[in-house]
Amino acid sequence: MDPYHRPTTLQEALGLLAGPGLAIAAGCTDLFPATGARGLTGPVLDITAIAALRGIGEEGDHIRLGATTTWADILHADLPPGFDMLKQAAREVGSVQIQTAGTLAGNICNASPAADGVPCLLALGAEVEIAALGATRRVPLGDFITGVRQTSLRPGEMVTAVLIPRAQTGGQSRFLKLGARAYLVISIAMVAARLEIETGHIRSAALAVGACSAVAQRLPRQEAALIGARADATLIERVEAALITPDLSPIDDIRADAIYRADAAVELIRRAVSDLVSREGRAAA
Amino acid sequence: MTLTFESLTLTVNGASVALPVAPGRRLSEVLREDMGLRGTKVGCDAGDCGACTVLIDGAPVCACLTPVAQAAGREVTTIEGLDMAALQQAFLRHGAAQCGICTPGMLIAAKALLARVAAPTREEVEEALGGVLCRCTGYAKIIEAILDVADPGGPPPAPAAGHAVGARIERLDGGAKVAGTEVYGADHVPSGALLVRAVRAPDAPMGFELGDIAAWCAAQAGEVQVFTAVDVPGENRFGVLPAFADQPVLAETHVRMRGEAVALVAGVPSVIEGLDLAGFPVTWHDRTDTLVHAARADNLLVTGRVARGDLEAGFDAASHLAEGEVSTPYIEHAYIEPEAGVAWLEAGQLVIQACTQAPIMDRDDTARVLGLPPEGVRIIPAAAGGGFGAKLDMTVQPLIGLVTLKTGRAARMVFSRAESMATSTKRHPSKMQARIGADAQGRITAMEFTGEFNTGAYASWGPTVAGRVPVHASGPYLVPAYLAVANARHSFSPISGAFRGFGVPQATILQEGLYDDLAEKTGIDRLAFRRLNALQDGQATVCGQVLQGVGITACLDALQEPWQAALRRAEEANAKGGAMRHGVGVASCWYGCGNTGLANPSTIRLGLTPEGRVSLHQGATDIGQGANTVIPQICADALGLPLAAFDLIGPDTALTPDCGKTSASRQTCVTGKAAWLAGRALRAQILSLSNMGAEARLALTGQMLVVSDGAGERWIDLSALAPGPQGYALMAEETYDPPTTPLDKDGQGAPYAVYGYGAQIAEVAVDSVLGTVKVTRITAAHDLGRVINPLLAEGQVEGGVAQGLGMALMEEYIPGRTENLHDYLIPTSGDMPRIDTIFVEVPDPEGPMGAKGLGEHVLIPTAPAILNAIRHATGARITDLPALPHRVLAAIRKARG
Repeated sequence: MDPYHRPTTLQEALGLLAGPGLAIAAGCTDLFPATGARGLTGPVLDITAIAALRGIGEEGDHIRLGATTTWADILHADLPPGFDMLKQAAREVGSVQIQTAGTLAGNICNASPAADGVPCLLALGAEVEIAALGATRRVPLGDFITGVRQTSLRPGEMVTAVLIPRAQTGGQSRFLKLGARAYLVISIAMVAARLEIETGHIRSAALAVGACSAVAQRLPRQEAALIGARADATLIERVEAALITPDLSPIDDIRADAIYRADAAVELIRRAVSDLVSREGRAAA
Repeated sequence: MTLTFESLTLTVNGASVALPVAPGRRLSEVLREDMGLRGTKVGCDAGDCGACTVLIDGAPVCACLTPVAQAAGREVTTIEGLDMAALQQAFLRHGAAQCGICTPGMLIAAKALLARVAAPTREEVEEALGGVLCRCTGYAKIIEAILDVADPGGPPPAPAAGHAVGARIERLDGGAKVAGTEVYGADHVPSGALLVRAVRAPDAPMGFELGDIAAWCAAQAGEVQVFTAVDVPGENRFGVLPAFADQPVLAETHVRMRGEAVALVAGVPSVIEGLDLAGFPVTWHDRTDTLVHAARADNLLVTGRVARGDLEAGFDAASHLAEGEVSTPYIEHAYIEPEAGVAWLEAGQLVIQACTQAPIMDRDDTARVLGLPPEGVRIIPAAAGGGFGAKLDMTVQPLIGLVTLKTGRAARMVFSRAESMATSTKRHPSKMQARIGADAQGRITAMEFTGEFNTGAYASWGPTVAGRVPVHASGPYLVPAYLAVANARHSFSPISGAFRGFGVPQATILQEGLYDDLAEKTGIDRLAFRRLNALQDGQATVCGQVLQGVGITACLDALQEPWQAALRRAEEANAKGGAMRHGVGVASCWYGCGNTGLANPSTIRLGLTPEGRVSLHQGATDIGQGANTVIPQICADALGLPLAAFDLIGPDTALTPDCGKTSASRQTCVTGKAAWLAGRALRAQILSLSNMGAEARLALTGQMLVVSDGAGERWIDLSALAPGPQGYALMAEETYDPPTTPLDKDGQGAPYAVYGYGAQIAEVAVDSVLGTVKVTRITAAHDLGRVINPLLAEGQVEGGVAQGLGMALMEEYIPGRTENLHDYLIPTSGDMPRIDTIFVEVPDPEGPMGAKGLGEHVLIPTAPAILNAIRHATGARITDLPALPHRVLAAIRKARG
């Protein structure tokens, strides 16, 4: 019988993790579908009994989202409008059942190109807090996920939190997911957009696209093109495929073809931006 | 805390229990197998279907995704602990449970919502149910039930004698479904039952050699027994159509499809569960066969053909011609219950309790494979958690039967979702071409159709599809000159078999699309065009069969007002401009009920017990469609006693005469007619015994049968009558076989005794920039001849629409790639439109009390109506299904040039 560890402290977990061959388990919404077995196989480190890893709080100039914070936790948390996109994504992760169990750290560690949380976290400038026995480090999320199902996590390490710099939480935000059905659906394409608007102009823009490249991408060229522009209906004229698609590398699969994905990403960015400025317009009026 | 195999304390439904379980074990397994709480269902083991939804501390989770260690010390609530009688009653009152396999998950998800929001909105209900898939209901009645939970209303009053037919009766077998006590294929586990798993082919075609099995068995953690083709005592070949039987129970030297079983392993569950079957000693090698079956040249299984009239003259007479092609993919039945069953020996007889649609066929085929006489096998159909055609074919039955026969022990098998999807039958992929001509007035002059249907590795129902398609490809229209040919052709791919409509839904997509072309070319409104060409009483079908009771005109007439209203809605919405384009489409259906030109009798036995109850031996399997309710309703009115006096017996091959298979929309027509005849026969006995006239009323008071008319009454003491051999005071048994004739070489004859008709309007909103499609409303008019139970009939329509919507917009089974319910998409609670159902009653001269079949009809018009609506909205012609967003967008761009 393989051991199943369920420590209650981080130190204990990191001590166990220093040994070889442990699979880290939290919400298990990706681990179980990957096996036909009646239970989790192999030595398991279940981190869900570590109270300190769950929850949302303020920490210096960051907002800290604990590793085992669930999508349901995010939905119910009191967060500024910059997080609206993350809440919208939380509501579209799988189903209510999946949102109850699935965790934020699991979403980024599973490193699916279609992970719903990742574009939002990128647009919030997220950093990943990683711990090993006797050491912690921080990595920008864009560097943490290195490929399809690949991360920069080293042996003995685990994610303990996602940190959002307070400076990147301003403005209003929007998440749009495109799939072939309403619920329980893997994205064909999705976008996250956060705009800070000041005196009728775009002060800062954070845009990201998921499911259109091996790792979700920020769109620095498109973001730059929006900054300083008037925050009104004319803004979408500044959304251009030429500023977006070079950052993407969509593929053909059973859900859609690459050309469609690229077009859809541009359109979804246009709609997210349009929605944000029209909402700003309504608020101003 | 480090846990190994130690005791965990769980609190389930308020009771604490300490269990010695592995902490990483799925909670669903612990609940079902270790605690015997089998009301929680397992449909996918991947969080994709939500059937296993339970509450942990009040929050819904998938028990299959929860390691039991995470539930320790928390409150777990399962269906067995659901304290919401009002919700369960609302489910019954609204017909929210059909097959019932998703019902526990739906109820638990609803409880979580209602605990949070006492009076939720429809949108909140849809979202709360978004994680639980249902394949039967189309969700409408589930949502209505939850919205109506506050209504204190109990069931409607039981109908009086003679008034059961037409009444909105709750399903008679519904109580167990909403209580979670219904017994499906995986739910009966005799103590000491062996668990059976199959070693399956990774690809095809491949040859194989088995290695040192004894050495492999010896290396396992406990005793494992292995069975291969050499252990099959009878003929290692089965198939639903005896003349075409070609499928081995266990492959002998090579496999023709991925997932084909080559060996069985059996032993105690704890050992068998843990086996790594990837290490099983079998060596695979590629083969270069091109013929799937050596005796079938060109891989052609069967060609179906119907020819009538002078085709050339018909096209010469046409002023307008429409031509086109459509291709459709494999479509998976995606019932939420994977195949499962259990076998045991009882007094020397092999008993098999498994999910099925065809108990007698299972009995005869299992017996032949196992070298037993048919009476050596007894089939007790488990409740079927959805079937839709695929559970007509045998799955676990011969496998568990073999293990039980060889070991003398009970043996159980439960397919995984991947195993189910890889090995079960599918809807035939098709490639079809057709051309249709119409004269200047818009009357059809000729139609020519050819279709290639990929029938996969084994025959299954391929011949039936090839036979049905040419008969039905005309649609319910008058087509004076006609030639239709359908080939069922083998491939080294999943087996295509029976799926709601036997190929007719595919063909109808092409035909109804071309009718829109012709309506446009002739300048006639699309509904009017169909009305103009609708088959009338006394006219001949493309098979030369002159029909009466033809209801298509009545259906199209019933859609006239909804059609105008829908067109106005679309026009008004489009006037606002923007990316969303609105459109309306219409399509018709017809469908013959029962076997095509072949005998398919049903026999019903009906007895009055000495105690004064009516026993109805009903052998038709109810896979959710409602035979357990509809057949008694018909029988009750034929007999003239109230439904409340009836007890249902069966189905069980030891207790019920043959009612044939639940297929081809035949049970209401064929078994219903047998039930009607049996009811009339028993009534005649009673009237004769009491010397009363035909109009006499019957009543039961204890063991006294009271027969009365205006002049007086007679009392018959049932307990005083000498019971017959079956133990009944009075008994009748009647057989009905619909009158048909075989088709000749031109497909001419009378293939069906009864046809049903329908037409549907689809309203869609198409995002013309993203290519996404939202179906906003379906208006469905169906001619049932006589509506036996409007509540259940509406449920059939809504469920059929859901499957048609899935077929149109999202469903595509790709072997080896979509063997799960997150890559293979079926509609969720958020994908369904409003459905307005209109029932039309044009009595059939042959059907029981005028009734016609419905089960498959309802699916047929939906996809073509949706595709026609997409075209109306955007000009996009989708000829390669499903209409995924990227295909719709490409078609929109092509239409715009």
